[in-house]
Amino acid sequence: MSALRRLLPGWRVWVLGLAGLYFMVPLLATGGFSLWAGGDRYDFSAYETLLQSSDFWDSLGLSVRLALLTILISLALLVPTVYWVQLRAQRLRPLMEFLAVLPFVVPPIALVEGLASVYTGPQWLVGTPDFLVVAYVILALPYTYRALDVGMRSLDIRTLSEAAQSLGANWPTLMLRAILPNLIGTLVGATLLTLAIVMGEFTFANVLLFNTFAVYINYVGQTSGTEAAALSLLSFVMTWLAMAGILITGRRGQVQLGGAR
Amino acid sequence: MSSPDRAETAAAGVVPAVSPTDGLAPPMGSRLGDGLARALQRLLVAAFFVYIVAFLLLPSAEVLVGAFRGEHGLTLRYVRELLTQRYATAFANSVELSLVTALIGGVCGLAIAYLAVSPRSPHWLRTAVTSFSGVAANFAGVPLAFAFVSTLGTMGLLTLWLQRMGFDLYATGFSLFSFSGLAVTYLYFQIPLMVIIISPAVQALRREWREAARNLGATPWQYWRYVGLPILMPSTLAAMVLLFGNAFAAYATPYALTSGNIALVPIEIGNVLSGNVMSSPQLGKALALGMIAVMALAMGAYALLQRRISRWQR
Repeated sequence: MSALRRLLPGWRVWVLGLAGLYFMVPLLATGGFSLWAGGDRYDFSAYETLLQSSDFWDSLGLSVRLALLTILISLALLVPTVYWVQLRAQRLRPLMEFLAVLPFVVPPIALVEGLASVYTGPQWLVGTPDFLVVAYVILALPYTYRALDVGMRSLDIRTLSEAAQSLGANWPTLMLRAILPNLIGTLVGATLLTLAIVMGEFTFANVLLFNTFAVYINYVGQTSGTEAAALSLLSFVMTWLAMAGILITGRRGQVQLGGAR
Repeated sequence: MSSPDRAETAAAGVVPAVSPTDGLAPPMGSRLGDGLARALQRLLVAAFFVYIVAFLLLPSAEVLVGAFRGEHGLTLRYVRELLTQRYATAFANSVELSLVTALIGGVCGLAIAYLAVSPRSPHWLRTAVTSFSGVAANFAGVPLAFAFVSTLGTMGLLTLWLQRMGFDLYATGFSLFSFSGLAVTYLYFQIPLMVIIISPAVQALRREWREAARNLGATPWQYWRYVGLPILMPSTLAAMVLLFGNAFAAYATPYALTSGNIALVPIEIGNVLSGNVMSSPQLGKALALGMIAVMALAMGAYALLQRRISRWQR
């Protein structure tokens, strides 16, 4: 018994150490590989090439723009809806829960199949990368909904609304000065998570042939391994920043997860 | 300020976050603004439901119906085509890969979660493991694929390093671009996902249960056999079902790693969609239908298990 107990801490260290190794090695190797310049030479040339490439900036810019649009539309549609369900239509909650799970049941590749055959026009929508936003809002729905639902529930929206209105606040005042300020943490969390999801999204863009950031990384990977490694590392840092932002603004210990597998 | 306080102050008639004078300021032109704002809110709520119908329900229905729609009315031809060698293999591969990574990822994730978040472990370790898991679970897709190419590809740093140590990894039959390589790569997001999902259940294991078992004379083995594991089992199963679905739906990671050369269901759908194979669009829908069916089964199982779990988590 005591022998086992003396062994246990060692066992603990071993398992966690091995896990740490498994998770650190690919990151270190990616870092090392991105600096490799052929033979025994190591330098920053891969990064320099990237920073000078207009395709890099174009695809990055496109993904950021799509992410911002997605966030804007998601919040504009969901904040009023979640608020309304919470305040006046509690019986619709199961329906909302169901809708928020649906994007998991219908995976992106299946959804894009359906979207592509339902919407063949008009060109100004389907023919531009903005069409991706349509799908991204659905992709982000489970996470945005959950974040807003949890955030508003912990607020006690009803009491807050009644108190504000009994003090004479009209609708805009109630929303802008009582509800939204209390939801800042939630909104920032949902925003960062959506940003992380859209920046990494590959399925829709690849199938619909739009050159977003992830599609660009894949394209670079076919020709230059070191540049692809540099981009992957950059992508990891962006994910890390987004998650750090969520941790700082959100409830402690509530790490969320997105989906761009 | 925590939320209960906030609710209390609000109940007491003080509006938090808005100073009383602000709240009582005479509403300027409020009637019109009020009405407009309400109308806008109603409009946006309606827009949300229209949006969901148009861009989620309608496309899904199109997939479900389209799979049975032939040139001359309804047909089972395309669904039957799923049973042909090529597509049956894709389903078998997808299911096997998802099962293997869900199982290994589940066990490893559970072990890590137990070691990291159980009440006895230091606070810093808990924070480090949970926050890193949050990042790693989200680090997937194309960047993850290339991270593994840099590590375990034919020119990967680890591959070369092992070679210099006298161990030829690729001589063992391992290849990053085959089933085993995909599994190793998937685990990079499966394990952290498991850690995130299972941590609350591990934390809910009360210290008192262990103490009570010990006071009644139970050995650690008996505690785990009759108390710990039975309590953890439903949550573990549920989490593994989620991992299964997570791997089953993955498209970006295998596509970037294998350029679509390994038959997996999402990859096959992508091939049909982008015209990489000679086949009808209905076949793409039949494949998507099969995929939705598997995912619906998984989510259904998850919901059932979740109902059992709620018994143990307050």
